[in-house]
Amino acid sequence: MIQVQHLVKLFGNFRAVDDITFEVQKGEVLGFLGPNGAGKSTTMRMLTGFFPPSSGTAVINGYDILKDSLNARRQIGYLPENAPVYPDMTVEGYLKFIAEVRGFTGSELKKKFERAVEICSLEKVLPQTVDTLSKGYKQRVCFAQAILPDPPVLILDEPTDGLDPNQKFEVRRMISGMAENKCIILSTHILEEVDAVCTRAIIIANGKIVANGSPNELRKKSSLYEAVTLSLDNVGAEEAKSAFMSLANVANTEVLKEENGAIVIRVLPSGGNVIAPAVAEEIRRRNWRNTQFSVEEGRLDEVFRNVTRQ
Amino acid sequence: MRTTLSIIKREMSGYFGSPVAYVFIVIFLILCGFFTFQFGDFYNSNDASLRAFFVWHPWLYLFLIPAVAMRMWAEERRTRTIELLLTLPVTLPQAILGKFLAGWLFIGIALALTFPMVITVCYLGNPDIGQIIAGYIGSFLLAGCYLAVGSFASSLTRNQVVAFIICLVICLFFVIAGWGPVTEALATTVPLSVANFIASLSFMYHFDSVQRGVIDSRDLVYYASLITFMLSATSVVLTSRKAS
Repeated sequence: MIQVQHLVKLFGNFRAVDDITFEVQKGEVLGFLGPNGAGKSTTMRMLTGFFPPSSGTAVINGYDILKDSLNARRQIGYLPENAPVYPDMTVEGYLKFIAEVRGFTGSELKKKFERAVEICSLEKVLPQTVDTLSKGYKQRVCFAQAILPDPPVLILDEPTDGLDPNQKFEVRRMISGMAENKCIILSTHILEEVDAVCTRAIIIANGKIVANGSPNELRKKSSLYEAVTLSLDNVGAEEAKSAFMSLANVANTEVLKEENGAIVIRVLPSGGNVIAPAVAEEIRRRNWRNTQFSVEEGRLDEVFRNVTRQ
Repeated sequence: MRTTLSIIKREMSGYFGSPVAYVFIVIFLILCGFFTFQFGDFYNSNDASLRAFFVWHPWLYLFLIPAVAMRMWAEERRTRTIELLLTLPVTLPQAILGKFLAGWLFIGIALALTFPMVITVCYLGNPDIGQIIAGYIGSFLLAGCYLAVGSFASSLTRNQVVAFIICLVICLFFVIAGWGPVTEALATTVPLSVANFIASLSFMYHFDSVQRGVIDSRDLVYYASLITFMLSATSVVLTSRKAS
């Protein structure tokens, strides 16, 4: 539904976005991750037609953003960063303005308006002007504006930024609720969000894509993936370490805690191999007393740091 | 066309939704009356015309229209709403034209509210109605020029005060280039053809000719090209600056 082809954006000599290519299908929720200034917003602004790319292009639901910009924009609902909404308009006036500009009239306009208000629970604030609203409501008004035309593509730039945990939950629920028959791109730097709503994540750093895969695939890149953390209380740290190091596929062991003769130790595998059964077998063979045993799934934050820090 | 109309509608509700509109209209009407009767010598001239009324418009517009125009794009850029506006299925010319026409319509409303002047002069004598209509048309076109300059000035900055000052300075140039004392001074220092050329660029030159009751196609071409030029300049500035 979205094909991004070799997108480049230069600001002077600075390559804000440097040859990005990816695709998003219907039903996918793509998380766009990256440190501040990595080029997330710049990419989104090019896709939504706010400014043209320096080179490369993208096709949105069949419409090229350069050759057929207006039709491409008709496919997209866009929530810009910080939810900019005219502060002196009422919520009702604003949403109806958006519906009119989007080309809806009469009963269809009314239907679209009411649907957006209902999904975003804005009934109570309709007559209020936007500058009297809390940040959460403002964000919801801007979200309502994005989904109002029921577009096949949603592009959301930090949709939960600055919201409290309840509001974040609400926004994620709304996104998940309409993910099925849309194609959604959202940027964030909250990693838990990726797990909560995204089916796939792209990490960009310095304008380049450095990782692209489902949250689980990305997690496998973590050095902690399949690592075993366990505690033992009748053996010394050195003895345990050397025993585990002698197992196949073990890359390293770390003592995390040593207290009153009890130790917490982490065994790291080489190359993401499964080592838990071998470690468990070793404990039983040596008759060590084991009180805690857990296998790591890998950590997104660690992967994020590794791929964006170079 | 319909897109432009929805933008005009929104802008109008923006004007009337804030005190700006009412403050503008009240100040405009008070100043119009004040200048006409206090300085225009309306009664003593013993002339049933609105010349004493229209002659102040270029000077009133000089301060009031930049105040209407200053928020046009500066505010959109400051609050970043421009990002949403220009990612809707709206072309840049539609957005620029919509905002401009809304502002012009708004000033037109303020101008129409000076109708008691017309009633007064009709009550006191037998004015040339054609000349009064020409006067209003000329004043309205003049307001369009100021507003187009204001649109351009507003696109240059995020700061409304800066936009106000830039607009005022550019308009001041267009006004005084054809102002009696300046024209006379120019006539003695540079060749007459140059002095005439400079004067013909001025708002005043064309405003005066319309005020005499003659709507000349040359004046209409002047107003139309100035407005088109300024709005195109707005488009060029916004295209290059919206990213920053």
